[in-house]
Amino acid sequence: MSGIVIKDLDVWFGSGRDRVDAVRSASFEVAQGDSFGLVGESGSGKSTILRALTGLAPDWRGKMQAGGELLGKSRTRSFYKSVQMVFQDPYASLHPRHSVDQVLSETLGLHGFSGIDKRIVNLLDDVGLGSSFRFRYPHQLSGGQRQRVAIARALAPEPQTLLLDEPTSALDVSVQAEILNLLTDLRAARNLTYLMVSHDLAVVGHMCERIAVMRNGEIVEIMSVGDMRAMQPVHEYTKQLLESSRGYVRAELSA
Amino acid sequence: MNLLDVENLWVRFPSRTGVFDAVRGVSFSLGKERLGIVGESGSGKSMTGRAILRLIRKPGIVTADRIAIDGQDIMAMSERQMRTVRGQRISMVMQDPKFSLNPVMTVGEQIMESYALHANATKAETRRKALEMLEAVSIRDPERVFRAYPHEMSGGMGQRIMIAMMLIPDPEILIADEPTSALDVSVQTQVLSILDRLVEARGMGLIFISHDLNLVSSFCDRVLIMYAGRIVEVCRADRLSEAQHPYTRGLLNSLPRLDQPDRRLEVLKRDPVWRNADSVSGML
Repeated sequence: MSGIVIKDLDVWFGSGRDRVDAVRSASFEVAQGDSFGLVGESGSGKSTILRALTGLAPDWRGKMQAGGELLGKSRTRSFYKSVQMVFQDPYASLHPRHSVDQVLSETLGLHGFSGIDKRIVNLLDDVGLGSSFRFRYPHQLSGGQRQRVAIARALAPEPQTLLLDEPTSALDVSVQAEILNLLTDLRAARNLTYLMVSHDLAVVGHMCERIAVMRNGEIVEIMSVGDMRAMQPVHEYTKQLLESSRGYVRAELSA
Repeated sequence: MNLLDVENLWVRFPSRTGVFDAVRGVSFSLGKERLGIVGESGSGKSMTGRAILRLIRKPGIVTADRIAIDGQDIMAMSERQMRTVRGQRISMVMQDPKFSLNPVMTVGEQIMESYALHANATKAETRRKALEMLEAVSIRDPERVFRAYPHEMSGGMGQRIMIAMMLIPDPEILIADEPTSALDVSVQTQVLSILDRLVEARGMGLIFISHDLNLVSSFCDRVLIMYAGRIVEVCRADRLSEAQHPYTRGLLNSLPRLDQPDRRLEVLKRDPVWRNADSVSGML
């Protein structure tokens, strides 16, 4: 059974006096085909969990299971074939001197696919770009188009799980809507599992079925979207987050 | 009288393929209020803010029938006169504190510098004033922050330091360009309430540039919606949800909402007519 299992996960950076415990005993499970959201403020450790999963944060302890394997110190190729990540900033995550074609064919080549030519065309169609974008460079694309390329790259090895690290926070709201729709469609078409990090509760509420709220490296609450929409959080901190997500409340002035 | 009047403002950038018009004939005025300017990236909202301070660099060209602060025309001023306007009468807070603070100067020195440039005060007095200002923007340990360098500060602290720096000369108008978009929601609320207090207490005029429709509608008094360098709609902030223009409606509908779940989000369909329609006046 694939999906994601995380149990008693600790992640830290540095050592000795400078050690920072970024994640402390986090546990949650995501079933195959589900979409799970991690929310919290910057520095709460939500992105660190994704980085630990993909092997970008080397110092960790606990149990992580994803892509059908129990994760150890290094990741196998079959792991990267089934788990892929989409990063926050499409301006930074694409090589400025590689064309879309190069980006995608490199990934496909690394994973040993044949018929690369046909696959690139299909991938571009899947993310709504079309083959006319194939030989463009990142600077010839808008932010939304770049994020589509980043998603196409993540889809190239035909993964079962996508780790989404704030996939729309660098985009305008109208473009955000397009990308979120694309992600919704892709999940339905390919039965993907999403683990999505965002600071925007409305975005997570739109995309996910269950949500974990993080603060200072700890998961303070795991709740369903239904509870969140009903504004029925258990934890005080979640309540605060929900309230501030509604916009500015002038009454706080007098306090 | 209005704090600021802008009439028929154009910002143009000549390029190899012709002239690009970033702002196309925008008119609005600012009273003692919180005026929001919203729009997507590239709609000209930041350029409008910069043009008011004449901060558009060559080869950019700024033309306007009139940009007047308290009736004085900014367009006719010399660079020397402009320096007495910038900071002292109109201040600007930029989006990212990381790029607006000097990395090799302590926070205290920077704040003191911005005060010393505009006021004839002794060093001790400047220092006292700087510490006072840090306290005013809700920094808990002003003495420590005063001695610290910008890299030791978090994003929220950095943004509050920027606001302290901009407010120390006591400006009549503050232009805040996405002042909270790099901040977490809880810090965002703090920064906004500082700005709010200043508008209420000092009678400052605030131009609040943002892409966040929810935030603007809950924080501002009046909103200008910009598209392709023009103002397409002007409305009261609390009535933003009743906006009429299809572009504004499209933006509002493309936001995911917690209270109204929807499987698919509405995607904005752009109509070329919007681009060519006349700019709506935001004059009071």
